[in-house]
Amino acid sequence: MSAHQKIIADFVSNRIEFVTSVPCKQLAGVIDQLGETPEIHHVPCNKEDEGMGLCAGAFMGGKRAAILMQNTALGVTLNTLATLTQFYRLPLPMLISYRGEVGEPVACQVEMALHTKALLAQLHIPTYHFHKPDDLAELDRILKHTFMCNKPVAILTDASFWKGVNA
Amino acid sequence: MTRFDILKAIAPLIRDHLVVCNIGSPSQELHMLDDQDSNFYMLGTMGLSSSIGLGLALVQDKIVVSIDGDGSVLTNLGTLPTIANNVADNFVLLVIDNGSYGSTGDQPTYAGQKTSLTALARASGCETVVECPAVEITDVLQTALGSGKMTVIICKCSSGNATVPVITMDPVVIRDRFMKAVKRV
Repeated sequence: MSAHQKIIADFVSNRIEFVTSVPCKQLAGVIDQLGETPEIHHVPCNKEDEGMGLCAGAFMGGKRAAILMQNTALGVTLNTLATLTQFYRLPLPMLISYRGEVGEPVACQVEMALHTKALLAQLHIPTYHFHKPDDLAELDRILKHTFMCNKPVAILTDASFWKGVNA
Repeated sequence: MTRFDILKAIAPLIRDHLVVCNIGSPSQELHMLDDQDSNFYMLGTMGLSSSIGLGLALVQDKIVVSIDGDGSVLTNLGTLPTIANNVADNFVLLVIDNGSYGSTGDQPTYAGQKTSLTALARASGCETVVECPAVEITDVLQTALGSGKMTVIICKCSSGNATVPVITMDPVVIRDRFMKAVKRV
């Protein structure tokens, strides 16, 4: 099973039935896998805060929801995370492409990488960082944790992780 | 007619449906006029009424009415292509277009000037888009609710807000009773 398949299999086994996404090169394989997963309704969105609104609606409609996004978009979601997802206590796994870490070819991506963990910590968002391929083994338990505590939870996946799992 | 007059006119039509209501004055006015556990009041997050409503409509069969405003749609314009390309025939987006940011002191929006939200919705690919003056809203909404087609309504009206209290209900209570209303047969 590829890492992409394992991620989506963990989503399915945790009864996530609605996923929205804004693409990132590092997440391309996961997004492709969504298209081959009939258990999950994939609705691409145009901006990440919009996507969190879709997820809030889907969750209140009875379906567990998740978002795939890039860390560079974290800034545009801060108000939504605080006043919708957290204020109404909605669970939301955020599978985040963590651009700007070691292995990053684009200098500008480092700028938001520097702020990513600080912003997540400021918002008291439980944050997990996948750096080595073996880290993926924890995803299933992180998802269970998310739906146990009804919080947005960040799973940062960096270039070393993706290089390792795609090797 | 103002937003308040529109909400008063449509309250009997939306009472038995799931309603997602825009932040600020719209939610406060609806809450005062006709509070229902099937109303989801947005206490924050300007712009996401249509997104929350679409997400809800896509995952279950009950009719969902999102009450939005022109300023809020302008702040989340990406919602229109998402709605157009993910058709939920149990979804009605009602944009009360008073050409102003009502909750913040009636500053003018671009929708009250050169920009047409109706044209934007159509250009985004929304198939059933109806623009109407406020006096026609009950007929237009009734038709939309009975049509079985996803509909975007742009209802043009005057600006102005009723003097109503803020909503003090806890967000978790709003969410909990709304989710119970979603599940109710």
